[in-house]
Amino acid sequence: MKNAIGVEIPEYIEGLGKLEPFQGVWKSIIEDEVPVTNISRTLKAKKPHTSKLCDTLEDAIKKCNPFDGMTVTFHHHLRGGDHVLMATIKILDQLGIKDITLASSSLTSAHDGLVPYVEKGMITKIFTSGIRGQLGEIISKGKLKYPAIIHSHGGRVRDFLTGRIKPDLSVLAAAAADEEGNATGAHGPSAFGSMGYADIDARYSKNVIIVTDNLVEYPCVPCTIRQHFIDFVVKVDSIGDATKIASGTTRITKSPMDLRIAKIAASVIEHSGLFKNGMSFQVGAGGASLAVAKFLREDMKRKDIKGSFMIGGVTSYGVDMLNEGLFHSIFDVQSFDAAVSTSVLNNPNHIEITGDQYANANNCGSMTNKLDVVVLGALEVDVDFNVNVITGASGEIRGASGGHSDTASGASLTVIVCPSFRGRLPIVQDRVHTVVTPGESVDAIVTERGVCVNPSKPNLAAALKKAGVKVVDIRDLKKEVEEMTGLPAEKKLGDKIVALVEYRDGTIIDVIYNVENLS
Amino acid sequence: MTPKFKAQAGTFESSDIMILIEPVQPDTGRQVDISSTVILQFEADITKTIIQVLDELEIKDVHLIAKDKGALNQTIRARVETAIKRSLGIQKGTL
Repeated sequence: MKNAIGVEIPEYIEGLGKLEPFQGVWKSIIEDEVPVTNISRTLKAKKPHTSKLCDTLEDAIKKCNPFDGMTVTFHHHLRGGDHVLMATIKILDQLGIKDITLASSSLTSAHDGLVPYVEKGMITKIFTSGIRGQLGEIISKGKLKYPAIIHSHGGRVRDFLTGRIKPDLSVLAAAAADEEGNATGAHGPSAFGSMGYADIDARYSKNVIIVTDNLVEYPCVPCTIRQHFIDFVVKVDSIGDATKIASGTTRITKSPMDLRIAKIAASVIEHSGLFKNGMSFQVGAGGASLAVAKFLREDMKRKDIKGSFMIGGVTSYGVDMLNEGLFHSIFDVQSFDAAVSTSVLNNPNHIEITGDQYANANNCGSMTNKLDVVVLGALEVDVDFNVNVITGASGEIRGASGGHSDTASGASLTVIVCPSFRGRLPIVQDRVHTVVTPGESVDAIVTERGVCVNPSKPNLAAALKKAGVKVVDIRDLKKEVEEMTGLPAEKKLGDKIVALVEYRDGTIIDVIYNVENLS
Repeated sequence: MTPKFKAQAGTFESSDIMILIEPVQPDTGRQVDISSTVILQFEADITKTIIQVLDELEIKDVHLIAKDKGALNQTIRARVETAIKRSLGIQKGTL
């Protein structure tokens, strides 16, 4: 069956079940009509004054009665510094557990160690928002038994609530925790700020283990994760490499190309009609995307604009704007540097939110639905304004869906920032290799050679032209760039589906096939 | 013409290409070794561009090593020409 963007979607995949094709950004999300089954919370019991503390992670895991075919979940707030996921998988392997479904909110460079466990079939299914490095390569070559499911941050929460992900064991790293399992990421030697993505795991998993390297006196405050969901608590020497978890402050890029793109993007926002008091804003942490905040900050000061709230992945740059009074508050689901942790802890207007409140399509209060402006990056875009943030030039999996499609669907103005070509590879395609965010939810693509405006937004194009912003037809831009770079050779793809891209409403928006050659 | 000296031009920056020239014995022909971040997408183009410059400069015997980070054709042409001229001991137009 074909979905709304013309991709052939299999009706059924062994191990994953029946698939629903993507119908359109808001087609399946109908108020008062929610056709999905809800799961209920696991009933648990604990007698008064008994201890949850276990000597080792292995002891805690054994008490959770692991079994073949179980689903194990993690959060990725420790990013590239995480040691907890690999430690858990190693223990489960030593206990002889196999056929595991791994559901981590994302997978980073810290998880290349999963490769042998995937190759020998100990891990057979993966649900995640991002896959990178060697793990991405072997999955792209078809080494995972069943296709990986790439969901968005909001989609993950929905997948828990519909029972698509059925968590049997969740091992959640915390920067500080107490003996009952109250936990936070906001302070401690391995502080990582918000713990937003772990909330859903804690609430719905059959067994929840809190792992911390900083066991504090009861009660742990703030208690982002609450004790009444937690089965066991383990104190370990280290939950990860602090320098890779969160360090220092995030600096704005010095790349002239990124700065130029960012400056143009800021002028798009300024002339969009949304640049006024009470504006809400989200920006990615990557090069050009974060640099937009620098120019917006200057514009806001110059025109005396006071924004409402910022959301999303938060950097120290966002915190600076909060402290300067440029925004009223920050709703933080994920923090990117050490300075942010301090702000989460001390500033009452810096509010930690869950993945559910951030971006779940099936609740009645996602922050992404209140968003005025979001600025996002792209690996590739196409003439229909679809965006790829997951597969690279050879078709290999090497990125993250994250909150890309969530924020794009909700924001009044979705701005994509990307160079028109990157290391000779043209960015504008006839069709992106993999659609993560549908063009229907993208308003403007900003490159160093001009701004492409979605034809569905003629008023925006007119306003930008009037303000002197260079607006170009996306097909003309594609042609201009290809004349400089030349046309890349066709990708060599196999016929095995290695991953499915799940849209935030649970439908399938695209499929990823295996690649034969990787550069 | 025949390269006399080892020479190089370019950098390892993204969108640039590093060209290394090694003199070889007369009548050994051309040996061109290319590595590139976009080899799967542009191998034919990169090879063609390098060979064109060697033809234009009438270089028959040379060992050329190209380490490409996604340079455009114009960049490849300029780097090859500069490296070759340096290897021939030509100062003019090579900075």
